[in-house]
Parts: sequence; C-alpha cells; structure tokens
Amino acid sequence: MSFNVAKVRQDFPIFERTIRDGKKLVYLDSGATSQKPLSVIDAESDFYKFHNAAVHRGAHQLAEEATDAFEGARSKVANFIGAHEDQIVFTKSATESLNLVAYAMGNAEPGTRFALTSKDRIVVSEMEHHANLIPWQQLAARTGAQLSWFEVTPEGRLDLSNINSVITEDTKVVALTHQSNVLGTINPLEAIVARAHEVGAVVVLDACQSVPHMPVDVTKLGVDFVAFSGHKAVGPTGVGVLWSSLLNELPPFLYGGSMIETVTMTSATWAPAPRKFEAGVPNMAQAVGLGAAIDYLTGIGMQAIHDHENKLTGYLLNKLLAVPDLKVVGPTNTQSRGGSVSFTVGDIHPHDLGQFLDSQGVAVRTGHHCAWPLTRKLGVPATTRASLYLYNDESDCDALFDAILGAQKYFA
Amino acid sequence: MELDSLYQEVILDHYKHPLNKGLSESYGAQVHHVNPSCGDEITLNVTATDGKISAITWDGVGCSISQASVSIASDLLLNKSFAEADAILNEFTELMQSKGTKEGNPDVLEDAVALAGVSKFPARIKCALLGWMAFKDAAVRINTTTGGE
Repeated sequence: MSFNVAKVRQDFPIFERTIRDGKKLVYLDSGATSQKPLSVIDAESDFYKFHNAAVHRGAHQLAEEATDAFEGARSKVANFIGAHEDQIVFTKSATESLNLVAYAMGNAEPGTRFALTSKDRIVVSEMEHHANLIPWQQLAARTGAQLSWFEVTPEGRLDLSNINSVITEDTKVVALTHQSNVLGTINPLEAIVARAHEVGAVVVLDACQSVPHMPVDVTKLGVDFVAFSGHKAVGPTGVGVLWSSLLNELPPFLYGGSMIETVTMTSATWAPAPRKFEAGVPNMAQAVGLGAAIDYLTGIGMQAIHDHENKLTGYLLNKLLAVPDLKVVGPTNTQSRGGSVSFTVGDIHPHDLGQFLDSQGVAVRTGHHCAWPLTRKLGVPATTRASLYLYNDESDCDALFDAILGAQKYFA
Repeated sequence: MELDSLYQEVILDHYKHPLNKGLSESYGAQVHHVNPSCGDEITLNVTATDGKISAITWDGVGCSISQASVSIASDLLLNKSFAEADAILNEFTELMQSKGTKEGNPDVLEDAVALAGVSKFPARIKCALLGWMAFKDAAVRINTTTGGE
C-alpha cells in the first residue's frame, strides 16, 4: 500500500505523547477536531514571529507580507476546492459561515432573490448538525417562512422518496450536510440540487465532514454555498471558509472596517466580495495555517486520503460488527460513507463506555454529537462515535475493539 | 486502575438497582433537567410534608454516574428538612469541585462519598450533579409556592 500511515504520524507531534499512564494515543475523534502536522503549527507560529501585521491596511513591509500570506492562503483554499479566490470568504468557523448565509438572507431587500417571507419554505434534513439546523430554524422564525426537512431512514440514509413534496415550488433554500457527522452517510446531491434549482432555490452545503476527507470540487457539486472549517482539515481553530458563486448578490452580515467601499456619517456602501463579508481584522495567522494545512493534504493527495479512509472504515465496521451487542448507527457498508462510525454497545451508556476507552488511551466522542434531533429520531439517547482520519491505521481499530471488549467485562 | 476510583461498587449497584425510580402520581414539585452536552435527562418529583421531604421519585436516562447519583440523592435527602437537605447538597457540591482532594464525610453524605472519585474527572462532574441540581430546583419551587409546608 502506497499510503504510509507511519510516515504521516511522524508529521503530527501529538502522537509523540502518551495517554493515561504511558498508553499509546489512539485518536479516533477527528470528526470533532483533527490533529495538526508540525508544518501547520509552524506556519501559524511563523506568521506571528516574522510577518505579523494587520492585513489590507498599513503602508509598511510587514503589512505587505501579512497581506500576501493571507491572500495566498485564500488562493490555496480556492484551488483546493476548484473555486475562484473571489468566491472564498474567511470566517472564524464553519458555524459562522452557515450563520453568515442565514443572516445575510435575513438582511436581503424585500422582493429580491434571497428575501424570505411567510410564503416561502426552507428545507433542511433530520441529520443536520445543530450548526446547519438552528440558523435556519431562527431564520424561519424571523421571516415566518416554513421549515421542512428530509427524513432519515432506519439505515441512516436520507429519504428522498418524497423529494418533490419536500422541495416545493415555494422553497428558497435547501441546507444540507454533505456527510453526516454522526452516521458517516455521504448524501447524494445530484437529485437534490436539480430539484432545488428547478424551483429556484439555492443549496447550502455543510461540507465540514467531507472537504477534509475527499476530493471536493464545488463546481462539480453544483451547489450554491459551501461551508467548512479549518480545524477539521488539519488546520488551526479559528478559521472557517464560506464558498459561493453568488456572493455579489448576497447582502453583508457583519458590518465594520474593511468591508466598506465608502462611508459617510449616515450611510455606507460595500466593498466587492469577498471583502464585503470580512469585517474587522481577520484571523490571519489561522488562515495562513489553513493554507499550510491544504499544502499538507494536497502533498499527500485527497484521493489517496479518501481511499485510505474508505478501506480503513471497512476494516473498522467489520471489527465493530463482530462485537456482541454492538449496533452500528448508520450505514454498515462503505458505500457512500465516510469514516465517522457511531454505535451503541448493549446497555453500557456511551459516557461510561467513552470513559473506559479513555482509560485505555482510546479517544472517542460520546453523546448526541450536536445532532440531537437525529439521535432522537434513531431512538438512542446517545451514541459513541469513532471517527477516522489519515493518521489512523488498523492498529487503532484493533485497540478500539479490544477496549470495547474490556468495557463489556468491566461493566458486566 | 484510576477508573476504579470513579466506578465504585456502590455506584454500579445504584446504577443497576436504582432507588426511588418511577415517578409518583402526586408531587409538590416536578422538574425536568437535561445535560445538553450529552443528552442525559431526568424528571424528578419532590413532595414535602410538615416541612420535611416526604418523597423523592424520579425517572430518566443517562450514564451510570448520573443515574447512581440521583438514586443516592433520592434516598439520602428523604425525611430531611429543606435546611438539612441544603447543607448536604452544599457538602456534595464541594466534594464534586474538590479535584480529588476530599474524601467526603460519610456521616453526612453516606453512599454519596462513593462519588468522590468523580471530582478527578472534570467531564463527569455535571453527570454527578444532574439529579442534585434537579432536586435544588424542585426545592426552590416547593418553597416558593408553599413556604416549605
């Protein structure tokens, strides 16, 4: 196998440490946040050490270097997802990116494309992360628009059987996750995008769990907005991305410095996108760190990363399905599925299971994973989630397997 | 193993055989508390007679720590005055915040001292406090509406 996990792990300093009295760190929580390679940590640190100045301002060399580094990161992000750099907005998080779209739509002039009224509809799905549900709930509440949603089948797939009655003629927005952070399900976008565009709706894609793990070309997806975060893609915290081809039509969300064209005491006009959406001094070092993260991922190759994870997910599923009383919550094959695997183990509460796994050096997430309506729908109060990334290998899956068996003995 | 200080036998016993689980039909106050980070939920009924806590019943879903803790509290606080219950609750809260430096007074806390190990696991403190905070809320409601009588 050409993909060399041992070599990848050497790039991540955190794997040099041990957990709970000398145990190997088995990090299976990349769905929450990924670990960082040294090149990313250095890029962020070097920005502060050598180039720190406020970007887009200041008539000095540091400001020039900082601006170059920041805008260079924007180009890297654009290239990474097949976009133009003017279509890339840096935010502080994917959550902010999604809120930006929802709030900006709320600011739209009545009668314009993005303006919502009580006659309009917003469509989401039952498998949304709270970050792609609550902004739309609130926009619906503010505008009187109706909130509708795609349901999730017991297998953890989107139920698209009633697509035409969910995405109706009066639908203005369809907000959907690309890959479920709980189930691992990768949603089929083609039919949804086609139907949404047929009725004149825009599609907002939460790509937090897909962009870090597979090649994503926004032009091929056909969606209108894409949000993802840096920290889940081996980048720093504090930087998110919003991509859209419609930025020029969208009103601003946050007002302030940098985002203006002219200002008087009573009025202001806006800079062209993406600046229109980047009020205030941005998270510069973090954006530069994200640029380094993209360099790192690109150096390995997104297809290679995806293939590695897909193969490893198959291995993990087979391991887990062999555990007595263990139920996988979500698809049990690797078809259209990423490396987030949620499960329950008999009567052992996920918190107790997670605590035991931690005692063995195995880091997982437990709870409802910020998708409470989904876990409620699936009839489980909480699950345990193992999520894979490029630095995981079969020995991590084996360690999880052994630790689950240990927990079953411990709590028997 | 460090884990054994968390999962004391007493805790696992209460978890497997919880006391006062199953909601009473009548009550002086009913509260519903959730732990939003993990989805644990508890409904707690408290009844007072002559200024004393005469019944605590509850139902809920959650981890062994949260379920055992409410089971212990529902037994320990029974037949206490609200002032006594408040003192016990304060002592328990202090124990939970002790970061492993206190063992807890068994004369006051009885079975609840078994939860002392929780204080070394910051993420679990809120599990242990869920039922106690629900009780505190219910007690306030009873005392606001009836003056504790």
